Amino acid sequence: MTPVNVTVGPVTALILRDRGAATMIVILLVAAILVPALNLLVPPGSFFYIPSYVVSLLGKYLCFALLALSVDLIWGFCGILSLGHGAFFALGGYAMGMYLMRQVGDRGVYGNPTLPDFMVFLNWHELPWYWSGFDNFTFAALMVVAVPGLLAFVFGWFAFRSRVTGVYLSIISQAMTFALLLAFFRNDMGFGGNNGLTDFKDILGFDVKSDVVRAALYFSSALAVLAGYLLCRFIVASRFGRVLVAIRDAETRTRFLGYRVEHYKLLVFVVSAILAGIAGSLYVPQVGIINPSEFSPANSIEIVIWVAVGGRGYLHGAILGAIIVNYAKTYFTGALPEIWLFMLGGLFIATTLFLPKGIVGFMTKIRIPDRSNTTRSNAISETAGK
Amino acid sequence: MSTPLDADISPGDTILYVDGVSVSFDGFKALNGLSFYVTAGELRAVIGPNGAGKTTMMDVITGKTKPDEGQVLFKTHTDLTRLDETRIANLGIGRKFQKPTVFENLSVFDNLELAQAGDRRASMALFARVSADQRQRISETSELIGLAAMSGLPAGELSHGQKQWLEIGMLLMQDPELLLVDEPAAGMTDAETALTAEMLKNIAQTHSVVVVEHDMEFVRALESRVTVLHEGSVLAEGSLDAIQRNERVIEVYLGR
Repeated sequence: MTPVNVTVGPVTALILRDRGAATMIVILLVAAILVPALNLLVPPGSFFYIPSYVVSLLGKYLCFALLALSVDLIWGFCGILSLGHGAFFALGGYAMGMYLMRQVGDRGVYGNPTLPDFMVFLNWHELPWYWSGFDNFTFAALMVVAVPGLLAFVFGWFAFRSRVTGVYLSIISQAMTFALLLAFFRNDMGFGGNNGLTDFKDILGFDVKSDVVRAALYFSSALAVLAGYLLCRFIVASRFGRVLVAIRDAETRTRFLGYRVEHYKLLVFVVSAILAGIAGSLYVPQVGIINPSEFSPANSIEIVIWVAVGGRGYLHGAILGAIIVNYAKTYFTGALPEIWLFMLGGLFIATTLFLPKGIVGFMTKIRIPDRSNTTRSNAISETAGK
Repeated sequence: MSTPLDADISPGDTILYVDGVSVSFDGFKALNGLSFYVTAGELRAVIGPNGAGKTTMMDVITGKTKPDEGQVLFKTHTDLTRLDETRIANLGIGRKFQKPTVFENLSVFDNLELAQAGDRRASMALFARVSADQRQRISETSELIGLAAMSGLPAGELSHGQKQWLEIGMLLMQDPELLLVDEPAAGMTDAETALTAEMLKNIAQTHSVVVVEHDMEFVRALESRVTVLHEGSVLAEGSLDAIQRNERVIEVYLGR
């Protein structure tokens, strides 16, 4: 079958080809505009009014969705099961948190114009060198991308070059996030120790707790998910993406074809870590705190569960999974807090046993029975044909 | 055992020279001072009983296994034992595995496209496009391996024989100077086996090919020079007829 040459832009072509993707883009755009509008423009009492706390809650889900996307990109398409991706998320969050701390200025409890409260409390007299520059938003934004990216580069460089794969890679990624957890717990690291960074006041000169800023943060999160989604689609649809799938399915074979597998893995791992870092940076101002618990191994495992539930290897599956599981978490930790962890574990087992391709994989199967594979790969080869 | 196939060869024509290679796994000598050479443009069959070291030999040549001693020279000047799989593949050595390994979740078209010789760098692959020429070559190759009608199908849905052919097609796309083919006829029907032998003979007209095989009928169909391995070294070498008359070969391999 000869692929058809379509004369439309890559994004349009993408939408035409894949209904799931098109739906995802439309939903994200509508959600990005509708939720802030219903919060800001509708009077509180109205049936359609969305309270501000819900806006922030939804914004949080969107950050998790971006985080899930980043894990799906490497796990779903390249077979790299990172059980430490929470670390990149947390580092992005800390970079943003440091900026927000510097914006507090002399409004802290101790009224020190430069030092955050916890440093005054520790009897420190000057800002550690690694805090300098974080009063500047652009610098902080750069660090949100650079720090997780650099850590992923160093980690990936050693791991992939030494051909650490499978469960061993999962274990060392877990060890990485655990090591960071312990490090960030220490007061003398200069990141607020156990309590982390909190009591934020302003972001870019606006009150971080105001409705408008909350809505703007939500809007930015939705756009970030959309941009992340389109970026991942682009990567997956390129020849690079096909090499990733080749590595996932037959790594040795890919090597014997002359592909430098470790470079492909490294590049996609760094991109994924950056996406996770951006997710963390949007998360922190919306929840108002970042502390070392974000590094906890259990968090990273949870991300994998979101992706598995939504559908590994389907980008919109990761987004869906993150939102569904986190909504369930919000509901059940409120209604039946003691059984939530059992439910989460049960959910993972049930997904593995009964829905190995997650919710999206299951839906695809019932909608287009046994032609799903053919349709998907046609889409892939048509991309190749462009 | 001089046969018409034995000819004087100058070193310059040697594409592969395996020189005194030994490999041991936990004390078991998989290869024991293995030495032989393959001439440029030659089709060579390598046979031997199970455990003779055929697959280990392939592993050493393609860089998957590092030998304890000895060297493997490609085109007389490159020592392959110092290089990794990717470098060796890019030098122009292709390998077909015993078990067909194609990328099951990618289409036949994509499998061929990824195998196609070209820039393999990660940074280039993000923006790579398939040119009309490349598309042409892919469709020619899928024609050649009899999979033209299935180019959009995921490779995982092909039959066993079709996967073997797809893998041969991938080797063609890779266009290496030297092809190592591990048991291409394993698990094939007689008709498929005959067709595969034809494909390989065709390929051998423009490439150097080393085929590891169990199936004597298949080896006969290749009409090539034969090297017999036994316990990690060369037991005999020559035409199939000469080999089949060789007392030592009969003893260890044909089991009489």
